[in-house]
Amino acid sequence: MRIKNVLCSLALICSALTLPSISLAAPQKIGMVTDVGGVNDQSFNQSAWEGLQRTKKELGNKVSYQESKQDADYPANLETLFDAKNDLIWGIGFKMADAVLLAAKQNPKQKYAIIDYSYGAKTPPNVVGVMFKAEEGAFLAGYIAAKMSKTGTLGFIGGMSVPIIHSFQYGFKAGAKYANHKINVLEQYSESFTDAAKGKAIANQMLGKGADVVFHAAGAVGDGVIEAVKEKDKMAVGVDRDQNYLAPKNVITSSMKRVDNAIFNVVKDFNEGKFKGGSTIEYGLKDNAVDIAPSTTKMVPSVLLEEVAKIKKLIVAGKIKIPSTEKAYESYAKTLK
Amino acid sequence: MTEILFLFSTTLMYATPLIFTGLGGVLSEKSGVINIGLEGMMTFGAFIASWVAISHGNPWLGFLAGGFGGLFLAIFHAIASIKFKGNQVVSGIAINSLGTGLAIFFCRILFDGASMTPPLDLEKKIPVFMSQYATVYIAFFVTFLIWFIFTKTALGLRIISAGEHPKAAAAAGINVSLYRYLGVLSSGFLAGLGGGSLSLAIVSNFRPTLISGQGFIALAAMIFGKWNPVGTLCACLFFGFSQALVVYIGGFEDLHISSQLLATLPYILTLIILVGFMKKTTAPSALGQ
Repeated sequence: MRIKNVLCSLALICSALTLPSISLAAPQKIGMVTDVGGVNDQSFNQSAWEGLQRTKKELGNKVSYQESKQDADYPANLETLFDAKNDLIWGIGFKMADAVLLAAKQNPKQKYAIIDYSYGAKTPPNVVGVMFKAEEGAFLAGYIAAKMSKTGTLGFIGGMSVPIIHSFQYGFKAGAKYANHKINVLEQYSESFTDAAKGKAIANQMLGKGADVVFHAAGAVGDGVIEAVKEKDKMAVGVDRDQNYLAPKNVITSSMKRVDNAIFNVVKDFNEGKFKGGSTIEYGLKDNAVDIAPSTTKMVPSVLLEEVAKIKKLIVAGKIKIPSTEKAYESYAKTLK
Repeated sequence: MTEILFLFSTTLMYATPLIFTGLGGVLSEKSGVINIGLEGMMTFGAFIASWVAISHGNPWLGFLAGGFGGLFLAIFHAIASIKFKGNQVVSGIAINSLGTGLAIFFCRILFDGASMTPPLDLEKKIPVFMSQYATVYIAFFVTFLIWFIFTKTALGLRIISAGEHPKAAAAAGINVSLYRYLGVLSSGFLAGLGGGSLSLAIVSNFRPTLISGQGFIALAAMIFGKWNPVGTLCACLFFGFSQALVVYIGGFEDLHISSQLLATLPYILTLIILVGFMKKTTAPSALGQ
C-alpha cells in the first residue's frame, strides 16, 4: 500500500516536472496569407507553404494558409488568421506590405512576418521583415553564364526597375565580370511581370545582338524569354525557383530564392522564443536561403561546378562583396582588373 | 536589315492574338451585342488549347479546342444578352471573371493543383513557316474571310442588319436573335483562338496571367478600326508595331530613355491617333440594345 502510494506520488511528481516542458513545447500556430499567385503558384507562395509544412513535420507546428484572389483580399485574410488565434502570421510577398503594416498596428500584441519586404527603421516591434540576398545567388548564376557563353555576350531582362530586381541584375553582372571581365551584358526592362510576348521580343533582340545566355528576373515575362531561347537553341538562366522544367535543354541554371528555408528558419527561432520583432532579417547563401538550382548539375560541366563551389565558400566567408545596387556595382567594377 | 526583320516579326507576333480577338469583337458588335468578355474568353481558350495540346500531342487539335473553349463561355454571354436581354456590359464583366476562374479551377484539377500547365516541346507547338508561326497567316486569312462575309454575302448583311436596325430586319423576316447568336458565338470562338495563339505559339504553356489586358486592347483595336475587319487588322498591327518599337528603342543602352516612359509609347500613340485622325466613330446603331 505504502509502496503504491510512493509510486503514485512519484509518478505525480514526474508528470508535474514534465508539465512545464510540455506547455513550452505546445505547438505554435502559424498561418500564412498568399498573394494573388495562390498557394500552388509554382513560385514563392508554394515555396512558402512547403516551408510551413516542413515546420509542421519537423517542429510540430500547427500550420494553415489563406489564399488571396486579389490585392483587396489581404486585410480580410490577415484578419481571418488573427481571429483564428495564430501565434505568428506570415504575409507572402512585397505586395502585402501595406496590409501587414496596418494589421500589425491594429493588433500590437499579434506577431507578424513578411517575405520580401523591409520596413527599415519604421518596422513595428511586432513585425519581422525577411529579405533575401538575391545578389548572392545571381552572382553564381552570372559566373556560370559567363563561363558557358561562347559569344562573350549575355543578356539580362528585368521586370521593373525596383530594388529587388536590381539585386538580381547587379549580382548577375558582378558574377559575370568576375568570371570574365571582358564580358558584355545587355540589359533591358520589360516594365511588366506578365507580358510574355514582350519578354520574347526582348530576348529575340538580345539573341540577335549576339547574346547566347539570357537571365530574366521578370516573373511570367520569363516564359517568353525562355521560349525565345528554346526556339533558337541558346541558353537561359531562370529565377526564383528551378525553372529547368520549362526548357530542359536550355535552362542551364536558376538563381533561386529558398523562401521555404527562410520561413523554416524564422519559425524555428520563433518556437525557441527568439522573435526578432522590429527588424529585418537578411538571408543569403550561408543560410541556404538563396542558391543556384539543383538542376545546374545536368547542364554545367563538373569542372565549372567545382569553381562555383569554391566561390560559394568565398562568399559565405565574406571574401567577395557582392553589389546589389548600381552604385555598389560601379565601385565593384573598379576593383576588377 | 536585321532590325527591319526584327520589327516586322515582332509586330506580327504581338498583333496575332489581338487580330483574332479583335475580329471576334467585330463579329459580336456588328450583330448588336457588346462583348467586353473577350478577355475571359481568351483566357479560357488559352487554357483549353494548352490542355488539349498537352494531352493529345496535336497543336492543331489544341488550337481548335481553344476556339471552342472561348465559344463555350460565349454561350453564357449570348443567352444573357439575347434571350434574357440582360445588361451586356455586366454580363461581359462576369464572363471575364468566369473565364479566369474556370481556367484556374480546371488547371488545378487536371495538373495536380498547379495553376500553370507544363510546357510543350518545340515540335508539339504550332508549326513555323518562313520564320513565322502558322497562326500569323491564319489571322490574316480569317480577316479576309470576315471581310468577304461582310461585304460579299447575304449572311454578312443580315448580321449587320441585326446590329443596325433590328426592328427593320425583323420586319423583313430576318431572325435577329439567330444572327446575334451567330455573332456572339463566333466572337467567342475567335477570342478562344486568340488565346490559343498565345499559349501554343508565343509561349508554350498557360498561366493565369498569360492573358492580361490583350482582350481589352483587342476591343480598343476594334473601335480604332471602326468595327471594320480590315481596320481592326490594321489597328492590331499598329499596336504590335508600337510594342516592337518600344523593345527596339529600349535596346539602345546609350540612349538612357526611362523604360517606364518608353512602355507608355503604344498607348500614347494610340491616343494621338484617336484624337487627331479619327473623325467619327461608327458603332453599329443598335449596339447594346
